Amino acid sequence: MKFIMKHKATFILLIITLVLTISNINYGKSILQISWDNIITMMGVIPPIFILIGLLDVWVPKEVMIKYMGERSGLRGLFFAFLLGSMAAGPLYAAFPVAAILLKKGARTAYVIFFLSTWTVAKIPLLLFEMSSLGIDFTIIHLISMLSMFLIGSFVIEKLLSPSDKQNLIDKSTALS
Amino acid sequence: MTTIIFYTLSIILVLASYLRDKKKTKLALKKAYKSFMKLIPALIPMLLFVGILLTIVSPDIISQLIGAKSGSLGVFISMLLGSVIFMPGFVTFSLGSSLLDAGAGYMQVAALVATLMAVGISSLSVELQYFDKKLTIMRNSMAFIASLVFTFIIGMVI
Repeated sequence: MKFIMKHKATFILLIITLVLTISNINYGKSILQISWDNIITMMGVIPPIFILIGLLDVWVPKEVMIKYMGERSGLRGLFFAFLLGSMAAGPLYAAFPVAAILLKKGARTAYVIFFLSTWTVAKIPLLLFEMSSLGIDFTIIHLISMLSMFLIGSFVIEKLLSPSDKQNLIDKSTALS
Repeated sequence: MTTIIFYTLSIILVLASYLRDKKKTKLALKKAYKSFMKLIPALIPMLLFVGILLTIVSPDIISQLIGAKSGSLGVFISMLLGSVIFMPGFVTFSLGSSLLDAGAGYMQVAALVATLMAVGISSLSVELQYFDKKLTIMRNSMAFIASLVFTFIIGMVI
């Protein structure tokens, strides 16, 4: 019972899958195919990311993170947030655990939000692919317009979070690792 | 490709770390395993949800919904679909390019691609594991607004 409660979302979705499969066998095949593809993608990035996070957790002291991405790290912090986000690969959900360890180690909230945002538009391997499939103009407008909005937005969001909100975030990410 | 880089990098770093400090390395791997197991209950339903959604709303249907004459309604539908659906980046851009070939407008494709990448309603379960509701809602709203502005810029320029 506890197992079912813990995975209730999975069970509900499995029931929906079953109903759809009964109504049309092709639906079932397609759902399994797409989910399987996504599991393969996930296994390609999530386990190594968690290992890298684990290593970062034990080897990088808080002081170092605060120096490079903390409250007073200024442009350097922004630069590292951008660098981390753009060198990354993998779907957005892989970025959340990385963001959590950055927060835990004392990185500034606005920089962590900017890191997440960079991840959604500026991953270098993906940029090349975007240029070849949608055009250079499209890609450059996408990159520059979204990044500048995210840059402002990250600081606006940080302003909107109260000190207790920020503390909660740090507590939550500390509890997770 | 990225998978190979990621795995090679983590194996090398684990070995280097092990040579310097066995205890710390074991702790790091234990932490990695624990966080992975914690994420699974949020990750699996997300993947299933996407499987169901993309089965019902297939690329064919998307292409019908956001054709060249679909106008602002098409942009609206694109924003909505892009926010809810999730797909890997490479799939997203290939879809965008084939939608353009199939006659979809640039604005509609821009709206779809931008929201697919930046807004994550299907990955909310994962995002909420790490952040609280307030930050999650604000981050996704910011991404939605930025995607909308980007779509208008594309509409004016291209």
